[in-house]
Formats: sequence, structure tokens, C-alpha cells
Amino acid sequence: MTDATLHPAAEAQGPEASLGDYWALLKPRVMSLVVFTALAGLVAAPGGVHPLIGAVAILCIAVGAGASGALNMWWDADIDRLMRRTRARPVPAGRVEPGEALGLGVGLSLLAVMMLGLAANWLAAGLLLFTILFYAVVYTMWLKRRTPQNIVVGGLAGALPPLVGWVAATGTLAWAPVLMVLLIFLWTPPHFWALALFVRGDYGRAGVPMLTETHGDRATRRQILLYAALLVPAAGALAWVAGGPVTWAAASGLNALFALAALRVWRRDAAAAEADGWTAERALFRLSLFYLAGHFGALLLEGLA
Amino acid sequence: MIQVEHEIHGRRRGRNLGVGVLLGMLVAITFGVTVVKVTQLGAAGAFAQGGMAMEPATSPDPAAATP
Repeated sequence: MTDATLHPAAEAQGPEASLGDYWALLKPRVMSLVVFTALAGLVAAPGGVHPLIGAVAILCIAVGAGASGALNMWWDADIDRLMRRTRARPVPAGRVEPGEALGLGVGLSLLAVMMLGLAANWLAAGLLLFTILFYAVVYTMWLKRRTPQNIVVGGLAGALPPLVGWVAATGTLAWAPVLMVLLIFLWTPPHFWALALFVRGDYGRAGVPMLTETHGDRATRRQILLYAALLVPAAGALAWVAGGPVTWAAASGLNALFALAALRVWRRDAAAAEADGWTAERALFRLSLFYLAGHFGALLLEGLA
Repeated sequence: MIQVEHEIHGRRRGRNLGVGVLLGMLVAITFGVTVVKVTQLGAAGAFAQGGMAMEPATSPDPAAATP
């Protein structure tokens, strides 16, 4: 009997990743947000979709998002190694080979797009493919290391899932899902810039041109306020077109809170923030998570009712 | 002497089991989607035959159908 793995040389050939490492490559936290917003888009769409087709569509969107996460980790392994927040990821930590992450990303992308096309329709599949390519190529490979507008443009990839969900259910485009995309698109910059204000050193070490690094603290705070102001009409339009009283109530409350939190961040300077451990910036970041969950939770509730 | 159980084997077994479960799920999903599609296609086919090639089997107004 021979077993190559018992030989020390075989163990030195490469890492033996666990299933959990491959799961981590798919960025499960991002995937959960994608599932949530895509489900809201699918449920808010008019007409019914067979429950199994709906479930498979959401699964395909989730797998597509996970695949783009794996491609992102493959490409960004060098800078992930330099940042505290990301150095424990499977590729920079050496638990998964870069080629495995690439193979998993490409394989799952193809599988997700094909399955969505066969189960739902090819317009939804095309949109999913566009989303994956936009995140992996336009954001990760092109914009992320070149411009401080990286997350503004790249945010489109994270914003598209509700549109894919809607199109999977209906086969057509409409204003309501476009406004859902707009809401996430405008929400992304203040969400990430609030984070960038208090994990600043990380991005600087990796040479990622976040707005905090290239234009400084003051400009970032101004931009956060600007996007918070733009979110108000976008959320109103979404509630007008796609929502009922619950969405209206959620939009009113959350936008008031978000605008106030952004105003608080804008009125401070770096010294004041550092003195109290970036309390306002951390609060805005946390609120931004509730903001999106609240809007899409309301849409989901009304769609199910 | 062959070592009975190496830590690497446990990890590999977990990975293989996981891949097996995922492949099983893929088969189940493909089967389920096929059943739904064929069922929907059957309904659409019946509609196309009844609505486009033939007169409706029953009149919407029973009184009008009575001679």
C-alpha cells in the first residue's frame, strides 16, 4: 500500500486547505448582503415566480457574488498581505494557492451564469455576468489601485443584485429595481469612506488610493456629507415608485438619522476624531449597515405581504 | 509503519464530504428545475393547442351554447 500524503515531501508540495478556507474565499459576509438585496428585488417584482426557480435564482446570484469575491482575493493577495484587516484571508495566509482561488472563481462564475440562464432567463444571466466582470475586472484589476473614485464606480457591482433578482422574476427591466441599484450605488461611498477614516493606515500601507489617502480627511468628510444628501432623494424616489407605507416610514427615519450622522462626521476634524477614538465615524459605519438593511427589509416585507 | 490517522487526512475527508454534498445538491437542483420547466412547458403547450389551434372546449356563456 502506498500513500503519498504520508511522505513529508508530499506535505511540502502545497497547503491542504479545508472546506472552510474555500468558503472564506467567497466572502460570505458580502454574499449575505447580496442575497438580501437580490431577494428584495425578486420579491418586490410584480407577478409570481415559481418558488424553486426563485430560490435557484437567488442561489445563483449568491454563487456569482462569491465567485467574484474569490477572483478579487486571487488578484489582491499581494495587498491583502499588507493590511491587518485582510492578512488572515486564505490566499495571503498561505492556506489556499492563488491558482485555486482563480480556478474556483472562474468555475463558479460560469456555473452560476449558466444555471441562472437555464433556470430563470438569459437577460438575468447576462446581468449577473456583467456584475461579476465589473467587480473582478473593472473594480479589482483596473480601478482599485488607480483612482480614489475606485469604490464609487466599483460600487455598481455591489448595487446590481436587486436588478438581477427582479429580472430573474420578470424577464424585463423597470424603474423600481433601477432605483434600488441607485440607492446602493450612492450608499457605497459613505459606507466605505466612513470605514476608511478609522482604518486609514491599512489602506496607506497597501498603497490603495482611498480618498482618505489621496485627498485627506477634510475632503473625505465633505464627500460623505454630499453622498448622504444625494441618498435622500434617491430613497424618496424608491419609496415612491416601489414602496408602500412601511418603506416610506423606513426611508424617512433612516435618511434623517443617516444625514444627521454624516453631518456629525463632517463637522469634526481628524484631531477631534482621534481624540475620542473615531466614535462618530464608527457610528456612521454601523448606521450605514442598518440603513441598507432597513430599506431592503421594508421592501421585502411589503413584497411578501 | 503507516500512521493510522494524520491531521491532513481529516481535513481532506471533510473537504471531500463537502464537495460530495455540494455535487449532490447540484444534481437535486438541476432535477428540480427540469421538473418545473417541463411542467410549465406542458401547461404552455396545452394553452397553445387549445387557444390557438382549436376553439375553446366550453363556451364562457352556457346559455349561448344551448341550441
